[in-house]
Amino acid sequence: MNERPLPPVTQLAMLSLSLIVIGGIYLSAHLPKHVPLGPAVALLAASALLLVINVILLSRVPDFDWDRFFQVARWSMLAYLVIAGVILYAFLQDHVRGGTLVVLTLSIAVFAVHVPLLVGFTVARYSGDEGRVAA
Amino acid sequence: MTDIAIPAARPDTKHETEAPPGAIEIPDFQIVPRRGLVLVAIVLVALIVAIAVNKLWPLTFFHVAFGAAWTIIDLFLGLVLGPIMGKMSVPARIEFTTRLMPKMLLIMPVVVTATLAAGWQLGVHEGTVLTSYPQHAWVVASFIVVGVMSVLALGLLEPANIAVLVELKKPRPNPQVIEQLMKRFIYCAGILGIMQVATLVIMTKLASS
Repeated sequence: MNERPLPPVTQLAMLSLSLIVIGGIYLSAHLPKHVPLGPAVALLAASALLLVINVILLSRVPDFDWDRFFQVARWSMLAYLVIAGVILYAFLQDHVRGGTLVVLTLSIAVFAVHVPLLVGFTVARYSGDEGRVAA
Repeated sequence: MTDIAIPAARPDTKHETEAPPGAIEIPDFQIVPRRGLVLVAIVLVALIVAIAVNKLWPLTFFHVAFGAAWTIIDLFLGLVLGPIMGKMSVPARIEFTTRLMPKMLLIMPVVVTATLAAGWQLGVHEGTVLTSYPQHAWVVASFIVVGVMSVLALGLLEPANIAVLVELKKPRPNPQVIEQLMKRFIYCAGILGIMQVATLVIMTKLASS
């Protein structure tokens, strides 16, 4: 098995997703009252920062199988964009507007990028010289 | 078909008798079953229509039917099938994996999306997501349980599911990689199964109040 040292992409991604989920619960738990957006924005910013850190760490991995990564991540991203679109549509139907909508949209965007990145990483980390995907 | 070298395979399976010594046949399979994508599209379109019309019955149908499917699949996979898979011989587990996992890859995201999107819309429709709802604390508890399950499913289970299928598609899959990913998948499914018990407690409490 490929035992080369790799950055903690999975751990950082799970932390990032956790922050998004906490922000979402914080916003939805206060409806229909006016919610101070500060905590949700801070959680979103921390989550987005973790996404950026993950991308940087991943880009520095020597001999990483980027072909395999993008092969998986692009289809995964398509699937999660559809899911994100359905969730966002539900919020729009419920007349969520203003700052709350912006925070929720950006949170869903981080989710729709970080999950495919994680899926692509999990597949590509095990790529080696044992062969390409047959079909 | 693809062959995989497994040094310690048990000699009691049909596949091993057909394969050369030390190798196990891997059935041909599609990582994403393309015919299933049509069903996925139909369900998602129907879900969007249900949200758009915003009527009680379609929203209840989507939330209850898909929520029940999510709970039952997680409970059954985590607490019944998972332990069984862990005790299967490697060839049997590989054959089972190639038949089960591609379907799970389509079923679970759709089931989860339909449950959550319809559930949210139903909560808005009925006012159960509002702070004025008497059982609001239970609703927030359900958000937390679903949030934890989502992070586990998206961060660990789904990537392991896809990675194991991609590994099995290689001309020479690495048994150690498959073993490691399957272990992650089975443990994660077990935790999700246990968490679904919490979902059942919360949902039955809300339905009976």
